[in-house]
Amino acid sequence: MSLEHDPRYAVNLNELYKQVLMDHFARPRNKGRLDEADFTVHLENPTCGDTIEVQLKVRDGRVEDVRWQGHGCSISMASASMTTQAIKGKTLAEAAQFLSRCRAMIKGEPGDYKELGELQALSGVAKFPVRVKCATLAWNAVEEGLKRVQP
Amino acid sequence: MNVERIRQDFPILAQLVNGKPLVYLDNAATTQKPRQVIDAIRRYYEEYNANVHRSIHTLGERATAAYEEARAKVAAFIDAPEPATCIFVRNASEGLNLVAYSYGMQVLRPGDEILLSPLEHHSNLVPWQLVARRTGARLRFMPMHPDGTLDLERLPRVLTERTRIVAVAHASNTLGAILPVKAITEAAHAVGAVVVVDGAQSVPHMPVSVRELDVDFLAFSGHKMMGPMGIGVLYGKRELLERMDPFLGGGEMIRSVTYEESTWNDLPWKFEAGTPNVEGAVGLAAAIDYINEVVGGVANIQRHEHDLVQYAMRRLREAFPEIRIYGPEENRAGILAFTFGDLHPHDVATVLDSEGVAIRAGHHCTMPLHREVLQVVATNRASFYVYNTREDVDRLVEALGKVKEFFSHVA
Ligand SMILES: Cc1ncc(COP(=O)(O)O)c(C=O)c1O
Repeated sequence: MSLEHDPRYAVNLNELYKQVLMDHFARPRNKGRLDEADFTVHLENPTCGDTIEVQLKVRDGRVEDVRWQGHGCSISMASASMTTQAIKGKTLAEAAQFLSRCRAMIKGEPGDYKELGELQALSGVAKFPVRVKCATLAWNAVEEGLKRVQP
Repeated sequence: MNVERIRQDFPILAQLVNGKPLVYLDNAATTQKPRQVIDAIRRYYEEYNANVHRSIHTLGERATAAYEEARAKVAAFIDAPEPATCIFVRNASEGLNLVAYSYGMQVLRPGDEILLSPLEHHSNLVPWQLVARRTGARLRFMPMHPDGTLDLERLPRVLTERTRIVAVAHASNTLGAILPVKAITEAAHAVGAVVVVDGAQSVPHMPVSVRELDVDFLAFSGHKMMGPMGIGVLYGKRELLERMDPFLGGGEMIRSVTYEESTWNDLPWKFEAGTPNVEGAVGLAAAIDYINEVVGGVANIQRHEHDLVQYAMRRLREAFPEIRIYGPEENRAGILAFTFGDLHPHDVATVLDSEGVAIRAGHHCTMPLHREVLQVVATNRASFYVYNTREDVDRLVEALGKVKEFFSHVA
């Protein structure tokens, strides 16, 4: 069987590079550094060397502010932008729950992911197994930060 | 050499990927296999599969003969003085680890130095880091120009009487640069150091004579020269191999065993513990036959790749002013690492894939080279082999045009 008959390998670029995603890539939100961060997490994707730094400021159990910076592909940068925007203002528990829903989506688990808002744009990444790590780099960093708040 | 006819031997190339004819330009990672290699492996399993060196029956004898004939072919291919100096391992990485552990652990003392080039693949860097940590030896790096050519004038500063081992790639898997191994070997031997060469990107692509280069060890992988995965070779000079302790213990590598101790088998079996990869050796022998008989020798591959890489550099630069090509202009292997404007290599590779063009994106297991010399996190890499054509290069250029167009809408 040649690859083109296997639906997993039918590359549809528009499914991967959704408009919203490319908008975040071109105009990243929350990019930069916080003056006073409570937690700073630095992560690297060992397969490509991409890097990300996420900073969190937590007040009364809520993510009061969050910033990120890093180097990477459009998927990883857009994911960082969208994710930081989504978790800002959430309680720590809500943020953790949100990310676990993101993971379910990117694993391709069927379900309704409306509550993920713009991050639904990353659902197409599920069909590109080698790119999943790009999307999850920022999530790993945020989760690591959340864990440090609530050990 | 008739490339169109050669292509007919590679069933995998005749397919559509994402609706487009496949253009396979990831040969530095692994090469495709001709029907002759696939058939040889099938014949082995259909006709004479048996364990080697221990089975007293006809199939066992045939399998043993095939395994040892493969070794003789490998020895001839790299101009080794005798087959017994060619040890079958899993891949280049295992060969390099074998030298690091068996030879390095034995000779290195605190304060000794291991000299490497800054463009080494992790396979020829990490084993030395491990051995240095255990022995107290120190790693040093050769002075290099940014394009990956060696600064021979400054070599004596780091190659001293403290240098015990010099480990270098013959050809860089990222920059394509070919290192002057013969000059390095002469200089190293003059200070009493032993030279370990990573031939993963040279043996498949150009004539390599271990005798002429006078290297002490040379490692390479079968899968990068149209052979199967899981078979590789470590060549070593007899006097060095004989002095070394085995790397792995087990069946086949012993002469006599008591509960307390053992004595070692002769070369090369001393270094081949356990049932070997006979299918791999048979496949590698078929690949060598293919190179010699169908391709007309490895020098033809070198000429062909030289033409392709020069053509590619010219076409890419003409078409895209924003392209940046790494590595030397001349004297390079068929490997082309580049960055494309600000676009991340992952994004480039994904769009190229949608056009049926397979390249590699990332750091190609040369992280320190990327970070400290090239000063980029990742690059794109197109790498050629005997079955690639100028049309493949044209398709790459065309597909890069699509990449540019695609991302110009969004960013
Ligand atoms: C220069 C170089 N050295 C070593 C290796 C390791 O080869 P293998 O993975 O077959 O052990 C490679 C290939 O990836 C290479 O290009």
